[in-house]
Amino acid sequence: MDLFTSNILTIVTFTPAAGALLLLFYDREHARSIRTSALIFTLLAFVFSLYLVARFDSSNPDFQFGLKVPWIRSLGIDYSMGVDGISLFLILLTTLLTPLSVLASWSIQNRLKEYFIFLLLLESGMTGVFASLDFFLFYVFWEVMLVPMYFLIGVWGGERRIYAAMKFVLYTMIGSVLMLVAIIALYFIHGNATGIFTFSYPQIQSALASGRLVLRPAIELWLFVAFFLAFAIKVPLFPFHTWLPDAHVEAPTAGSVLLAGVLLKMGTYGLVRFNLPLFPHISHLFAPLISLLAIVGIIYGALVAMVQPDMKKLVAYSSVSHLGFIVLGIFSFTIQGLDGAIYQMLNHGVSTGALFLLVGIIYDRRHTRLIEEFGGLANRMPVFAAFFLIVTLSSIGLPGLNGFVGEFLVLLGAFGVNQSRAAFAAVGVVLSAVYMLWMYQRVMWGRLENDRNAALPDLSGREHAMLVPILVMIFWMGMYSGYFLRPMDASVMKLLNQTQAGRVEYARGLTK
Amino acid sequence: MNLATINIAAILPPLVLSLFGIAVMVLEPFVNEQRKSSLGWLAFAGTLAAIVSLIPMAGNRGQWYSNLWIVDDYDVFLDFIFLLIAAITILTSIDFLRREEEMNHPEFYSLLLFATAGMLMMAASNELVMVFLGLEILSIATYVMAGFRRADLKSNESALKYFLLGSFSSAFFVYGVALIFGATGSTNLLVIADALRSSEIQISLVSLSAALMLIALCFKVAVAPFHVWTPDVYEGAPTPVTGFMSVGPKAAGFAVLFRVFLTAFPSIEDRWGSAIWMVAALTMVLGNVIALVQPNIKRMLAYSSIAHAGYVAVAFAATSNQGVSAALFYLLAYSLTNLGAFAMVTIVSRKDDKLVDVTDYAGLGSKRPGLAAVLSLFLLSLAGVPGTAGFAGKFFIFRAAVESRLVWLAIIGVVTTVVSFYYYLYVIVQMYMREPHDEFSDVRLDGSLKFALMISAAGTVYLGLLPTRVLDWTATAALNALR
Repeated sequence: MDLFTSNILTIVTFTPAAGALLLLFYDREHARSIRTSALIFTLLAFVFSLYLVARFDSSNPDFQFGLKVPWIRSLGIDYSMGVDGISLFLILLTTLLTPLSVLASWSIQNRLKEYFIFLLLLESGMTGVFASLDFFLFYVFWEVMLVPMYFLIGVWGGERRIYAAMKFVLYTMIGSVLMLVAIIALYFIHGNATGIFTFSYPQIQSALASGRLVLRPAIELWLFVAFFLAFAIKVPLFPFHTWLPDAHVEAPTAGSVLLAGVLLKMGTYGLVRFNLPLFPHISHLFAPLISLLAIVGIIYGALVAMVQPDMKKLVAYSSVSHLGFIVLGIFSFTIQGLDGAIYQMLNHGVSTGALFLLVGIIYDRRHTRLIEEFGGLANRMPVFAAFFLIVTLSSIGLPGLNGFVGEFLVLLGAFGVNQSRAAFAAVGVVLSAVYMLWMYQRVMWGRLENDRNAALPDLSGREHAMLVPILVMIFWMGMYSGYFLRPMDASVMKLLNQTQAGRVEYARGLTK
Repeated sequence: MNLATINIAAILPPLVLSLFGIAVMVLEPFVNEQRKSSLGWLAFAGTLAAIVSLIPMAGNRGQWYSNLWIVDDYDVFLDFIFLLIAAITILTSIDFLRREEEMNHPEFYSLLLFATAGMLMMAASNELVMVFLGLEILSIATYVMAGFRRADLKSNESALKYFLLGSFSSAFFVYGVALIFGATGSTNLLVIADALRSSEIQISLVSLSAALMLIALCFKVAVAPFHVWTPDVYEGAPTPVTGFMSVGPKAAGFAVLFRVFLTAFPSIEDRWGSAIWMVAALTMVLGNVIALVQPNIKRMLAYSSIAHAGYVAVAFAATSNQGVSAALFYLLAYSLTNLGAFAMVTIVSRKDDKLVDVTDYAGLGSKRPGLAAVLSLFLLSLAGVPGTAGFAGKFFIFRAAVESRLVWLAIIGVVTTVVSFYYYLYVIVQMYMREPHDEFSDVRLDGSLKFALMISAAGTVYLGLLPTRVLDWTATAALNALR
């Protein structure tokens, strides 16, 4: 492989950070060049990630574009990266949503230099989480990413931004530090059993899958819980979700888009990447309980979303509901369920990201997000209304659009395991149609009664540029789902096999 | 003692420091008022010379002067930390003393150099009386520095409190030395260790002695429940002195703790091991929780320094190579970061300790973005965000703790870290998310302070991103501490 291809993951990850470094030297008065540069660097990262997708070998279930450089040699820590079918599109999602977020931040006036620096650093952090194959490196990205998000919410957020930013950091931290202890413990357990002290994910994972390393049940339970807590808070799974509405409502539009679009996926990604293959037995054991929490989240999130007077809060609670589907799919342990869950991660990123962009567009014009302030907007802003309608339909899973594929696969997977689970989850689908369409109706239809809405301009060119790519994705993922599912399949199959094999080896280890 | 046993190279760094210290005192009357700070630069040159003299010293490994003095990697590494601390403190003080006119007496630098010489002696001691000498040289110089703002009541209070409690704890230490001498007939650490392995010792006497020494040193490093003096002393002392006290005597105290307990008392570890466990847990919890409610940034950093001593105590509780290695790394990382933070407090505060409340930092981010960014770096490192020295240090400590099966201690450690995020981020909240009520227009960043900040910031980032080299060094050093 040539130098570019073998380092492509590093390039994708650090292009935005390089941009941030460059922005440091810009004169803060030159708003236009700061914005443009930020856009260029995020677009560059996007182009590089397209190359990643183009060169990805769909039939290979293993990690590709691997790169491993010793970092802290004496402790077995490597700078190690790679992607498989599970993480590939999540990276693409990150690099797609960030330039759109940059566009959505065009009207930021206050300290925009710092703003774009943090936005770029955030992108690097998020990409790094999906690309790293070393526990230590993963943890570094996982934590480092909190800092720019903290600033984005805390400095450029709404009324209660400081409270929301602090809550976001502390909630996430409390889960992740326990994961750190679990990572260290796993490192020693693996090292003592095999004689190789390493933080390498593939090595530890294959030792577990092949039975060279067998965890005692109590140990596996504790490790599982520590990892699970970190990810469940991030997802957020009911009842760990209380930070989410605060963070979402207070964050600036771009912050909300990335929070919903990518950050939450880091939680579900973690469950797929770590909890399932590393602790298969406890994962199976706890699957019913976790599925129950997921279903409670689906219905609870939907019911709370229904009564929100604030559009952004409504979308935030709808995320709790949608993420419940993803967790349900993951813990169905079926190929459909997992495929659906990963597909749904992408869908949710696209649709909910778009919803936050749309709400941001109205907010920019009216500086309010209260549903009651609007009504009849379709008369004034027909193009906006059309975009909004398509995204709404995608979010509620209309066949032909992307949301349908994911939800259908998740429900199919869940149904195969437990029919009542699927039945309850399906209630969530219905409820999502209720709250989304009801909001749409109240905001868009009827007569334009509020005078302050009388002169609202329709979408600008920049706003079109933000929304058109999303629209393309919505239709593309809805109609040609095979294109996205094929690269996932091999890796998901491998994951499932390992999860099963891990169980068998585990049982064998116990009887030894 | 005949001349053949005198080895100048082995004691070169403290010798150099003492000579420079004396030179500063002697030259003072001949330097006119305006040029007092040139003596500060002389003292700074002294620390640099001492750092260079570490090289010949490192070439003379072994025990010298009738086995009183030991030169090994452990010693050299700690000396490096101490000298770095002294150098940064001098850089921070030069502008500070110039600003606070009534304090502009170059004896300050002499005291600092003597204090540092005391720390070097502590790290190189192979013998308890020698430890005591070093401890006293350090302490007496520090008492005076704490009260250096002579006209200020708070500074006087600080010095008096530090003096009374410090002398009290020194007395504990001497009692401990006397008892162990009674029990084993020696004050040499290796002889004590050998004696303790034989069966004919009075274990109760030895335990009492170890307990007294442990208490005395816990006072010095300010870990709970012996930390009560810290906040008042730190608040009242001149800011650069506070910075020095929060890292220097702490590092020296831990140097002795490791040396004495891991060299002399490993055979009775079952008697003191659990005490360290409890001290570490209590310190992390108390330090971090009480820091939450401190309105004064010096007090906040005082409690935070207590908490950090707790993390080092976790590494101590691990009583392993990895533990000592992690502790040494942490001491370096923490010293650089904390000195940077105190340098920043020095910059922002005004004459006579004005503007030292956390809320006084409101809006620093928009008025002075560069300063705010650097302070944020230090705070994030103290909190332990990956990519900074603080995270690397904490990671190594928790790793050592888990290795020694102190999982609960590691869990208490990480959870209290989350608590600490709140108060460190609170300063960042003030800087970036509140409206300024001060223009910070008279905040000056002079050459020496800038230099101090650069060293601290570069060290914080370097240790955070590329810790390998230093970690290898601490690993070798740790081998010497556990014999």
